[in-house]
Parts: sequence; C-alpha cells; structure tokens
Amino acid sequence: MTAGSGPPSGDGLVWRTATELARLLASGELSSVELTGALIERSDAVDPGINAYLHRTDELALEAAGAADARRSRGEAASPFDGVPVAYKDIFVTRGVPTTCGSKILEGWVPPYDATVVERCHGAGLPMLGKTNLDQFAMGSSTENSGFFPSRNPWDTGRVPGGSSGGSAAAVAAGAVPWAWGTDTGGSVRQPGGLCGLVGAKPTYGRISRYGMIAFASSLDQASPLTRSVEDAAALMAIAAGHDPCDSTSIPSPAENYLDGIDGGIEGLRFGIIKEFTGEGSQPGVRARVDDAYTRLEKLGGTLQEVSMPSFQHGIPAYYLIAPAEASSNLARFDGVRYGSRVAGDTNIVTMNSMTRDEGFGAEVKRRIMIGTYALSAGFYDAYYGKAQRVRTLIIQDLRRAYESVDLIVCPTSPTTAFKLGERTDDPLAMYLSDVYTVPFNLSGNPAVSVPCGLSSDDGLPVGLQIVAKTLDEKTMFRAAYAFEKDLGFAGSPEGRPRL
Amino acid sequence: MSTAPSRVIETTIGLEIHVELATSSKMFCGCEVAFAGEPNTRTCPVCLGLPGSLPVVNERALEHTIRIARALNCDVASHSFFARKNYFYPDMPKNYQISQYERPLGAGGVLEITGDFPTRRVGITRVHLEEDTGGSLHVGGSGRIADSEYSLEDFNRAGTPLVEIVTEPDIKSADEARAFVTELRAIVEALGVSDVRMEEGSLRVDANISVRNAGETEHGAKVEVKNMNSIRSVGRALEYEEGRQRAALVSGDMPVQETRHFDEKAGTTSPMRTKEYAFDYRYFPDPDLVPFEPSDTWIASIERAMPELPVHKRSRLAEQYGLRPADIGILTTSTAIAEWFEEAASAYDGPAQKVANWIIADLFGLCNEAGIPLTECKIAPRQLAGLVRLVDSGSISGKQAKQVLGGMFATGDDAALIAEKEGLEQLSDAGELSSVVDEVIAENPDAADKVRAGQMNTVGFLVGRVMRKTKGQANPKLVTDLLTQKLAP
Ligand SMILES: [Zn+2]
Repeated sequence: MTAGSGPPSGDGLVWRTATELARLLASGELSSVELTGALIERSDAVDPGINAYLHRTDELALEAAGAADARRSRGEAASPFDGVPVAYKDIFVTRGVPTTCGSKILEGWVPPYDATVVERCHGAGLPMLGKTNLDQFAMGSSTENSGFFPSRNPWDTGRVPGGSSGGSAAAVAAGAVPWAWGTDTGGSVRQPGGLCGLVGAKPTYGRISRYGMIAFASSLDQASPLTRSVEDAAALMAIAAGHDPCDSTSIPSPAENYLDGIDGGIEGLRFGIIKEFTGEGSQPGVRARVDDAYTRLEKLGGTLQEVSMPSFQHGIPAYYLIAPAEASSNLARFDGVRYGSRVAGDTNIVTMNSMTRDEGFGAEVKRRIMIGTYALSAGFYDAYYGKAQRVRTLIIQDLRRAYESVDLIVCPTSPTTAFKLGERTDDPLAMYLSDVYTVPFNLSGNPAVSVPCGLSSDDGLPVGLQIVAKTLDEKTMFRAAYAFEKDLGFAGSPEGRPRL
Repeated sequence: MSTAPSRVIETTIGLEIHVELATSSKMFCGCEVAFAGEPNTRTCPVCLGLPGSLPVVNERALEHTIRIARALNCDVASHSFFARKNYFYPDMPKNYQISQYERPLGAGGVLEITGDFPTRRVGITRVHLEEDTGGSLHVGGSGRIADSEYSLEDFNRAGTPLVEIVTEPDIKSADEARAFVTELRAIVEALGVSDVRMEEGSLRVDANISVRNAGETEHGAKVEVKNMNSIRSVGRALEYEEGRQRAALVSGDMPVQETRHFDEKAGTTSPMRTKEYAFDYRYFPDPDLVPFEPSDTWIASIERAMPELPVHKRSRLAEQYGLRPADIGILTTSTAIAEWFEEAASAYDGPAQKVANWIIADLFGLCNEAGIPLTECKIAPRQLAGLVRLVDSGSISGKQAKQVLGGMFATGDDAALIAEKEGLEQLSDAGELSSVVDEVIAENPDAADKVRAGQMNTVGFLVGRVMRKTKGQANPKLVTDLLTQKLAP
C-alpha cells in the first residue's frame, strides 16, 4: 500500500502519519472514533509485546474522539489535527489521570492539573490514548530503569527502545499511536527516535513550556515530539510551542509555523561536521549510514565542512554533574508527606522520609541524587557544579563560533543501534556514553532533530542522523530534515516499519 | 577567699528579622496572601510544590524588597537571582526554599537608632527576598515536633513573600535591640509593605547574642534566641539572656553556642531540645527562575514613590510643631499615629504640643484600656482639637476636660455636647461669680484682710472656697482675677 492512498482501514491505517490522518479526517473519509478505535485495537495487539504504556486511557480517548468528530461535522475543527490521537510520556501531568514519572514513589498520584503541553494538545483536539513508559524520572537511556517494567523495541523485542522516552518511541514505532510526546534532557527523545526509526525533535530550550512536566534537570529538560515524519514533528512541536507565562524560562515570543517553507530544499545550506566526533566507539554500520547521509546532503545541494568543538569532550562529565545536581534538589519533594507512596508512616518524619525514598526510588535515581548532592556540597561546589557550568559556557561559545560559518551541524544521534536488554544495566558508564552525541546540545540549548538514515548493515536496525540548528532556527532544521527524509524515502516505506 | 574583681563585660547582638510582605498574591503563584483561614484553602499546584509546577516571580514583592533595602540605606544589586536552599522539613512543600544567597537584592546598609544610649549606627548586612514555609501543628506532647504523636500541615502561608534582614553584630544591649526593632517596624510600616504584626508572625525576630570581657577581640559563644513574639519580649528575652551570660562569664562557667527558646510567661530562656546539625544547604541558583537586573530607572521610580520615613518625619515634626523629642518618638512609632496627630494639630490653632500632650498622656491610656489602636477609637482628630479649644476658652477646666474626654471616647460625641450634657461647663460669667466671691469674702474676713495686706499666697485659699461653693464649676482664673480686684489694697 502506498502512503496517502487506498481505503483508510485495517492495518494500513495505523501506519499513517498524523499529517495523512488529519487529511483523511478533514475530507470525512475517516472519523476520529474509527481511527481511535483502530489504534486501541492495535495497542491491544502489540502492547503486551513491547510494554509501551504505563496507563491507557481508551475511554477518555474515544470520548474525545467523539467530540472531535462532532466539531468537524459542525465545521468547527479545533485545529487541522482535531481528532488525531496522541500519547504522552508519563512525565507530563494530566488532570484526573494517574501520573507516575515511571516511579513507584508516585504510584497512586492523580494530578489536579494539566501540563501546558497537554492543555495545548487538548485545545488542538488531540485525544489522549495513554501515558507511556520511561526510565524513572527520565533518568536512563533504555527504559530499563522504569519502576514498573522495561519497554521493548518493536524492531527487535529483545532490544531496548532507547530512553528515557522509550515508551513513547515504542508506541509510535509499533503503530499504536501516530505520534507521541517525550522529553529530552540529554538525548531522551532523539536517541529513542534514532533507535526506533522515528523522528525525534528537541526544540530550543525555552521554546516549549515546562509547566506540568515533572522536572528532572530544569535547565536541560525540553518537551519533544516523537513522530513518523519530519512534517509531523514540526506540526506537533508547533501545537505546543510559544510563550507560557507559567514558565519563567519560557521564551517570550510567539512560535513560528514550522511547516511554513518546510519543503524549500537544502540547496546552498552549509553543514558542519564536528571534527572531535571521530566515530571512535561507534558501530561500523552506524558510521556507514551516517557517512551515506552526509553524501546525500551534498547530493541535495548542501555543502559540508569541518567545525571544531574542543569543549565537547567535556560534555558528558559536565552533563553528569549539572543534571544530577538539579535532580537532587528537584526530587527532594518526593518524601511521602503530601502525595504518592508512604512507607513507615507510623514511625517518625525522618524515618518515614528516608524509608519512602529508599523504597520508592530506583537504583539509578538514587545514584544521581547522591552524585548531585555531592556536587553541590559546601567545599565541592566550585570544583564540580561550578566547573561544569563553565564547561557549559564553553560549549555555547564553541557552537556560536561554528555557526558563524555553517547553517546546521550534522552528526550521528547515537554511537550504536538499539542494544540488548540487560546489556548495559550493570555498566552505568557505558549507558551514559549512549548520549555522547546528544548531550552537548542540551547543555547549549540548541534545537536538534534525529531523523532516520536507514538501517545498519550490521544488524538491520535503524540508525539516526542528528541535525542541529542555531538557537530558535527550528525552521531551517526541519527544512533540512524534510529534504533528507524525502530523498531517502525511508519514512512510510515497508523498510521504515518494524515487522512486528 | 577573695571576691571576683569587678570587670567590664561587653554584649554583642546581631538580629535576623523576617518581614512577611503584604502583597495581594504569593511570591511565586496567584494564591491570595492573608492571615489564618481554613487550613489548606489558599493553595495551588505551585505553592504546594506539586510535581511539574513552576514558580513565577511576583514583581510587586521585588519592588517591596527594594523599597525596604533603600529605606535601610542598602545598595540594590544590579544583578540578582534566586537560589534554592535545600533541607527537609514537612512544612516546606518542595523540601527546598526559594531564597537568595549570593547577590541579595540589598546589601551594605545602615540604620541609626537613638534612645537612652549613645546614638548607634547598626550595619545592615543584607536584605533578601524568599518564600515563607507552611505551618505545622504538632499534636500530642509538648507541641514541638520531637515528642508529638503526629503533625498536621497547613500550606496557606507557604509561598508568602518574606524579606530577610540581617544586621551586623553592632547592637550592644537589649535596649538597643528593642530600639532597632521598633525603628525597623516603623520604617516597614511607613513603607506600607507589611502588616508588621509580631503576634501574627508577619514580623519575626531572632537574635544572636554573646558576651565577652572588654578588650577581647574574639566574640564569645553565640547564642541564638528564638520565640520572641513582641517588641517587649525582644527586650525581656535579651535582657534575661544578657544577664545569664554575664553571670556565666563571671562565674567562669562559659556560655556555650546553642539555640535557646524564650518562655514568655517565665521570662527566661531555655535550650531548645533539637539535634544540632551542621547544615549544608547546598545553595545553587534556581534553574526554574531567570536572573533579574533591577534597572536604575526602576529603582529611581521606586524611590520617588517612597513615603516619608520615620527619621524624616521626626525632624519635620520637630521643626513644624516644635514638639519635645521624646513625644516625637512616641508619635512616630506608627504612620497612623503620626497622621492622627497631624490631623488633630492642623484643626487646632494653638501650640501643637498641647494636642500631643492630650494624645500621649490621656488618649493612649484610654486606648490601651480598651485594647484598641488610636485609629480605631471613636474620637476623630478634629474632635480632640475641639476639646483643647474648649479648655483654652475657659469653658471647662483641665480636670473637667479629662472627664469629657472619657465621654467622647465612649460615645464619639463632640466635647461641647458632652460638657453640656454632663453639666460640666465652667461658671465664666463674671456677674454670676461676683456675688459668690462677695459671699466668700464676707465669710472669711481674716483671709480677706491678709490678702489686702499683700499676702497674695492666701488668694489660693479663697479661690478654693469659691470652687467649693460652685461645686468646682467656676473658672479658677476668673475667680482669681475677681478676688485680686476686690481685695486690692
Ligand atoms: Zn499557590
């Protein structure tokens, strides 16, 4: 079946992009209730194999779908995407719907409010299919740190979908939902996007409100879409982007329409290739695909040139000081006093606090709280947190200099394809290194997208190409990704879907 | 055995004062700021610290803090930011307090205090803005957390903007400490940024106090005194603590560094039974908030809008009304009192000191007895002026006026009306009085002769007789005039 044609039913429907589905809904060939029903059926069929969801909201979704259909029939569609379902990483708080952040410590908590991202998607008429799995508090790169169960990669269920937004990635890649929200703190959307053959797009820091997104590392976290096409990523990002007075770090300007001019091609764009990213430690299959991608960009009229980022070698160490430091403070509120689980409630406050946190938090969360607490301690602050912040400044300066001579920077999203479950759980350092290519752009705040660049010849698994733009230049980023995606023809092709 | 040689002991006191700002909404959310109320009704995801919620700075609180900083002669930071102060306590929803550490909004100030001591310049180390915590109710046991059965938390107060003012250890006695707090309270009240009610906790004072032998360079062990809930108890607690530490120093039983709790009833301090931790608050800039840079023009506009500060009001009152310094001090303890005085003084043509005397010597007493502030009493300032005029005109005597004031206080009626109702008007009709005077002269020939012979001190005796005959209603000045006329040699 060719994308965008044929009867909108059955198996084909669940593989459509959100943009295609929106067209079908607009033309009346498809109703949101039908579509939502098909996705619920698909989820029933595939979710037991991939464990993408922590909490499904089938009934709420069908209700919202009915309302969307009614709006469309009155000619009052809330947005072009009214009635296209979405899923949220369970880090976004949802009013009346349990939110756990992947941790037992929040089991049973039902938030009284919606995150801004959720509110804006509700406003655009997107029915919510459910809350997806993640590494606890978004700390991890495989979803194996989920407090409940690991998710699996639809391309090979013996492998991880990446993380921490692994549940969202697995759900989109398995056809259970057309698009989903994740969050990206150090690569948590781009890496699972790359590992699952999807588009994962992180906006400029501050472009999307963090209000209602449970904080891991406040200065790095950004809500980011996981989609099957670049167009979808641009569209979903645009729905949520723009100033929010509830978030002081939100950029006080309206968002651009990222779809505007997305098909403008890349003729004349200058791409920078980072000298320091030598490919050492990368799988040969990954390097081959990324090299192919560079060639394709040239073929499409782009030019390549080397840029030097000496500060990037310190990216991982700096990140693993700043993120845990902020997390150690952000996670202090989970103490059993006001919400979530409580252990040893009949003892005293100190015992209750520590027992609740001991049982509620997983090992990785505790590890990062310890690292962060240490990094902020009197006498160590300057040597650790202070120095890491200085590295951050250097990274920003290196990038600013590079962007004087290039329009975009390209590099791999991850050094490897999806790894096997359990392969890195005993080696936190190896796990941390999965983020080596993504972390610098969280430290700098630049927008970055991972777009599929084919399958690795080593293992037949997807490989991601990362395209990084200047601050607030999402439009150029999407334009390049779109041209690349079109020319590669991966998205929407049988090769671009897992045989699940 | 010899007695200990008398020696000079110095006291050193530093104060840490918290002022709750009376903004309409909380520091980082839209919840209302108000005292008490049904527990946990003035809360939202932000001030409850719910997962995902984020703070947004209340600009008005920044403005108020700058106002306080400038009134205390502090420099305002051109670049400032909020920091997180991390520690666990159940009344703190996030288990960190948004506060300031490096670059507080105000620093390097000074406040001059006067009293029965040499004028003292007290350095202001810092003025910063932070959020208040909630309140705990420890049920069972002594009411403190350690021996309670369970605790209840009320987050109505959580997130109320709180200004912390820290002084240098420049204060040398309990008296000076009391004067400092009094002056600071008057300033904050004049600025209109807080209710400054110590009983309700909108003004909280903690003190660090130590003693040492004169001439020593190192300070003695610092004792932190808590639970001083009125300006009076600041004085009492520190006087007690000063005495206790001095005695300890003299006896050789050196005071130790600790936190002590003031017992209002007993008037003593006792060690708080808390474990002494060496806290590491792990301050770091709050990544949820952006640094702010108060512009010079903003600061200037805040300064322009500042009301008259007590120190300026005092010199103006001295110049404009010629009041006694001690009285000025009393009338400027609050803006409302000063305003009341000025209104009364402007309704009166004579020396304003007379109006001040009535307020200080009489009206305050009535208010105290009734337990209400001056501004809530039924007498309007112009009515007090009316009373003073009535006395001036000789319609009533000073003694009668006190009775009239009591009536005014009870009813809110004008002085003249009360005097009439109670039949208190003086006999000031010379014709009517003349016959009474003649009667008295006739009844007391010896005394009359003495006066005729020039013994003027006997006039008083005769005046007394006239007053008795008229049941005190005669105008004594008029009576004296009549007597001296009639008994002229
Ligand atoms: Zn609130």
